[in-house]
Amino acid sequence: MSTFVLLTITGLGLGAMYFLVASGLSLIYGLMGVLNFAHGALITVGAYAAWWFGDQIGGGAWQRLLIGGLFGIVAGGVVAALIELVLIRPLYQRPVEQVLVTVGLALALGALVQGIWGADSQPFPLPGWMIDTTSIFGASVPNDRFVEIGVAAAVLLGLTAFLRYTRFGLVIRAGVENRAMVSALGIDVRRAFTIVFALGGALAALAGVLSGVYFGVVDPGRGTSLLIFAFIVVVIGGFGSIGGSAIAAVAVGLIQQYANYYSSSGTGDLAVVLLLAAILLVRPGGLAPKVAH
Amino acid sequence: MTDTTPATAERTALSVRDLHVYLGESHILQGISFDVPADGVTAVLGRNGVGKTTTMRALMGLVPRSRGTIELDGEDVTRLPTHAVVRRGVGYVPEDRDVFAGLTVEENLRLAERGGDPRYDLVHELFPELRQRAAQRAGTLSGGQQQMVAIARALLNRNDLLLVDEPTKGLAPLLVTEVAQALERAAELTTIVLVEQNLSVVQRLARDVVVLDGGRVVHAGPAAELLADPEHVRRLLGVHGGGH
Repeated sequence: MSTFVLLTITGLGLGAMYFLVASGLSLIYGLMGVLNFAHGALITVGAYAAWWFGDQIGGGAWQRLLIGGLFGIVAGGVVAALIELVLIRPLYQRPVEQVLVTVGLALALGALVQGIWGADSQPFPLPGWMIDTTSIFGASVPNDRFVEIGVAAAVLLGLTAFLRYTRFGLVIRAGVENRAMVSALGIDVRRAFTIVFALGGALAALAGVLSGVYFGVVDPGRGTSLLIFAFIVVVIGGFGSIGGSAIAAVAVGLIQQYANYYSSSGTGDLAVVLLLAAILLVRPGGLAPKVAH
Repeated sequence: MTDTTPATAERTALSVRDLHVYLGESHILQGISFDVPADGVTAVLGRNGVGKTTTMRALMGLVPRSRGTIELDGEDVTRLPTHAVVRRGVGYVPEDRDVFAGLTVEENLRLAERGGDPRYDLVHELFPELRQRAAQRAGTLSGGQQQMVAIARALLNRNDLLLVDEPTKGLAPLLVTEVAQALERAAELTTIVLVEQNLSVVQRLARDVVVLDGGRVVHAGPAAELLADPEHVRRLLGVHGGGH
C-alpha cells in the first residue's frame, strides 16, 4: 500500500510538470497553429534563470527559491514574447519555416546555456522542508511533491478561470476554434498570439523551476526530455484543451511510475507510447479536440 | 462587359476596382470592378464557383489580394488587415456561418461586441429565440439557429456596411422567410452586400445586382430590371427568373 501511495504521489508530481509544459504548448498550437519546438528551451531558460538569480541574491534557500523562481518565470515569459514577435510573427502561414526556426532556436538556446554554465548539473536551492518527508498511509513522501501538485492545480484553476471569465480568455477560446472569424469580428488576434506565447513561456519556465525542485538540480537536457512527454500529453489531451492536457498529464505521469515499478525499469516510457497509440486509434483528435476550456 | 456602376448610384459605400485574387495557382477574381451605393441591398449573383464568396472574403481581407483597390466611403482599405477593415464599420456573415461551436450563444454575441452600446434590443427583437438559448452552446444549435447567431453578431454593432454570404443556404422555407425579414430590417439601418442563390430572396431585398461569371463582372444594374427579363437571368445565372 505504501509503495502504491508513493508511486501515485510521485506520478502526480511528474504529471504536474508535464501539465505546466503541455498547457502552454497546447494553447499555442490550438490558437496559432505553431508547433513550438523551442518550448523545451523555455523550460531550461526558466530553470537556469531561477538558479542563477537565486545564486546572485543569496540568502536562505526559501528566499533564493521564491525570488529566483519568480525571476525565472518572468524570464521565460519575456523570452517567449520576444521569440513570437521577432521570429514567429514574420512566419505565420509558413509552417515548415516555423518548425525549422523553433528547432534551430531550441538547439541554439540549449548550446548557449551549456556554453555559459557547462554541461554538468547545478544544485538547485531546496529548503529543508522540501527535502523532508511526510508519512501518508505508511509511505514517506518527499514534501516537494505536494508543492508541484499544488502549483499545477492552482495553475489549472487559474487558467480555467482566465479562459472562462475574461474577455481575453473568450478571444483565446474562440481563436482556437477559428482564428479568421475572430479577426472578422474586429479583434486583433495577433495581440492574442503574443500574450498566449508569453503565457506559455512563463508556464514552461515555471515547469523548469519545479523540475529543479523535483530533481534537486538543473541541467541543460531537462527541457528536451520534458518536452517530449509534454508533446505526448498534448496529443492525448487534444490540442487547445487545458482540461484535456490536465487529464492526460496525470495519466502519463502515473502510468510511467506504475509501469516502471510493477514491470521493469524503463517500461514506463513504452507504456506511455502505447497509451498514445491507443488514444490515437480510438480518438484521433485527443480527449478534447480543438476547444479551449 | 456592361457598365459596372448600378444605375441608381448615389453616395458610394463601397467601391471595388480591378480586384484580382489568386488562390494557389487559380486566378479566381480576374479584375472585378463594381460600386455599391449607400443604403439598400446590392446582391452579388452568379453560378457556383464564379468567385462570389472569394469576393466577400477579399473585401474582408481574409484572402490575399494581388492587385486592385477596395474603398469604403472613399477610404482605401485594400492593404488593411481584417480586424482593421471591420473596425471601419464592416459586419460579416460568412457562408458557413462560422459560429464558435464551443462557446455559448451569449459568448458568441459578447465576443462580437465592438465598443459600447451593442444593439441587443435589435438582435433580440429580430431573433427572440436567441435570448432563450443564451446559455446553449452554439455547436448544439440547428442550422437555422446558427444562422441567426451569425447574423446577430453582425447586427450587434452599428456598421456602415454588412457583407452577407448565402444566408439562406440549406435552410427550410420557413427559416428562409425569417432570415429575409431580418435582413430587410437590417437594410433599413445599413448598406448590405448580399451573396444569394435564392432569387425570390434577391427579388424581395435587392435594389441592385452585380453578376459574376468566370471571376469577372458580367452585369451590374437595378435588380428589378434584370429579374424582369427571364431570358437574361437564364443566360447569366443558368436558372429561371422569378425565384426558386
